Amino acid sequence: MLKLTRRAAVGGLSALALAIALATAPANAQDGETVKIGYAVSKSGGNATGAGITTIPNYILWVEDVNAAGGLELPDGSRKLIEVVEYDDRSQTEEAVRAIQRLATKDKVDFILPPWGTGFNLAIAPLMDKFDYPHLAVTAVTDHAPEFADRWNKSFWFLGGGLDYATALADVLAAANKAGSINNKVAMISVADGFGIDLVKAARPALKAQGFELAYDATYPLGTSDFAAIVNDAKNSGADSFVAFSYPPGTFGVTKQAQVAGFNPKVFYTGVGGAFPVYKKISGGQQEGVMGIGGVQSDSAAIQAYFDRHTEVVGNPPDSWASAVTYTSLQMLQEAIKRVGLDREAVAAELATGSFETIMGTVELENNQLRTLWWAGQWQGDTFAAIAPADDTGAVLPVIPKPDWQ
Amino acid sequence: MLLTTLMIGLVLGGTYALVALGLSMQYGIARIMNLAHGEFMIAAAFCAYVLFNGAGLPPLVTLLIALPLGYGLSWLVYSVMMHPLVKRAPNRGQLEADSILATFGLLFILQGIMLLVFGSDFTSYSYLNHPINLWGTNIAANRLVAFIVSLTLGLGLYVLITRTRWGATLRAVALSPASAPLVGIQVDKVARQAFAIGGSLAAGGGVLVSMFVTFSAAGGVVFTMKALIVVIMGGTGNLMGAIIAGLALGIIETFVTSYIDPGLSLASVYILFIIVLLWRPQGLFGTARS
Repeated sequence: MLKLTRRAAVGGLSALALAIALATAPANAQDGETVKIGYAVSKSGGNATGAGITTIPNYILWVEDVNAAGGLELPDGSRKLIEVVEYDDRSQTEEAVRAIQRLATKDKVDFILPPWGTGFNLAIAPLMDKFDYPHLAVTAVTDHAPEFADRWNKSFWFLGGGLDYATALADVLAAANKAGSINNKVAMISVADGFGIDLVKAARPALKAQGFELAYDATYPLGTSDFAAIVNDAKNSGADSFVAFSYPPGTFGVTKQAQVAGFNPKVFYTGVGGAFPVYKKISGGQQEGVMGIGGVQSDSAAIQAYFDRHTEVVGNPPDSWASAVTYTSLQMLQEAIKRVGLDREAVAAELATGSFETIMGTVELENNQLRTLWWAGQWQGDTFAAIAPADDTGAVLPVIPKPDWQ
Repeated sequence: MLLTTLMIGLVLGGTYALVALGLSMQYGIARIMNLAHGEFMIAAAFCAYVLFNGAGLPPLVTLLIALPLGYGLSWLVYSVMMHPLVKRAPNRGQLEADSILATFGLLFILQGIMLLVFGSDFTSYSYLNHPINLWGTNIAANRLVAFIVSLTLGLGLYVLITRTRWGATLRAVALSPASAPLVGIQVDKVARQAFAIGGSLAAGGGVLVSMFVTFSAAGGVVFTMKALIVVIMGGTGNLMGAIIAGLALGIIETFVTSYIDPGLSLASVYILFIIVLLWRPQGLFGTARS
């Protein structure tokens, strides 16, 4: 049955040649003269957007910064350039796991940087532990971080858990309520997916504990693009505060709909996406006063410089939640290598116990977790300024009520 | 309250109809299940975004460019990719299977190109995002425009297809591609036209939808899914069916959101879809085929 035509033969042969060329290419790189850093991130598929905003640009920026300075500095003062080995996990956790295996066993990279997203970091955590790589789980929001840090002792958790964000929001609202600027009713919506579920579960008791009544509490499915009916109901609920634990498409959709419907709550809080630079454009330049998750220290020169440098190298400014944290984690890795060299065990120990100068100031991990984070922010002028925890240095006072949409 | 919900639902349904019109033409007449339909829409949405942000061109002007451009590009896609499949397919079932595989590949090619060119950011812009008050309900102007354009395009095409000689040839090809040549119809040419018109509608839909939906290079599949449901519910190849199914879905989703629970809005759509499939597998307005 098999007929070998000339075309098939030529096609097959050239594919084979290409495969051989690709397979042998990495072998040409000289071992030992560079530090091999590998990562598998979602460059295509559903997670490409999140990874493309928070994770990949910071990897590019960091490698560029380090190599421009002559490479990673080692304890003896010598420098080695970074060589990147990169895979696309196509937004599938199985692919991510396979890529980690490949990075550890075939490519034998020196360090592995994490993928984007809570699920992906959890998926690769056991493997990272098995192959003895420090795991900087940056973009993972989980209340179980303490348990994970115990289970995999070289894993580090940088973004807190849903409980942290929800409690901080409840505190901000409670302070405003006590000052008499908002009533005790809250309209809350959440996306029926990991992040939304985590946050809303933590927010319900946290808000009730502060004496708030949930005048409207609805969950919408992932992929909802029309918020007309939801915003209408939230508007009719009589609440002064509107809270959306949303993903970016929902954040943007609900903002536009609130503008159309003339929905002007005194507090307008959105989830992921509210801190993205593009939010300014989406709100038609009316971002002033919108609150959301994350935030950056607005008066910090290091953060300003980071924003400028990110814009220069990547082409657009970073988001104001996890971007700076991602870059901070890389600075910590860089500094740890400078102190103890390329030994992964020693680097992990240094990350766990050391104190590091970063764009977020002096940073120390507690029980393998970064706890000095900004939990809530608000657009004030051109920055998404941190407002909670309110008593940390660098936090600004929230502006309530938010100006009406024009 | 009831009227408000109905209005919101109708406008949302108009969007669904708009998303589905192109696929309805391509699948119903050319018999090609174009899984890259959503990617065509996203590409058009990016064009609208770039022209609006870079050159200040209003999306409604871009629409006039997108319609012929979508037609031309789809013509090309049909000639290069689909024509060989059509020629070698022994029957309709085989063509559907082949076209699904081929357009699945096309989906990734288009998505990859868009990721390279535009990156993976969520994209959105603000245009005509001001309220228009209709009988006490605030509707976004951009959604209203999309609603009107989708009804005009859909009903206009429906009239052309049911009332003109050209439309009769389209219907002949849709109903019986094997017999159509017997009465002097060039099936290949007509199918190519239908596929290109479908592409043109997808491009137009993409431009209109971009005015109020947040999109990203990786998000085309969402549109394809919605379109698929609407097309199958309406009855394949029936434009009027697609419009009515689209509107019905919008209204049901909105009523469930307002009166039952927003969490069930999507579920209600799929429940309705399953009921239609069980009760009328040929779709609400389709005709049964042996």
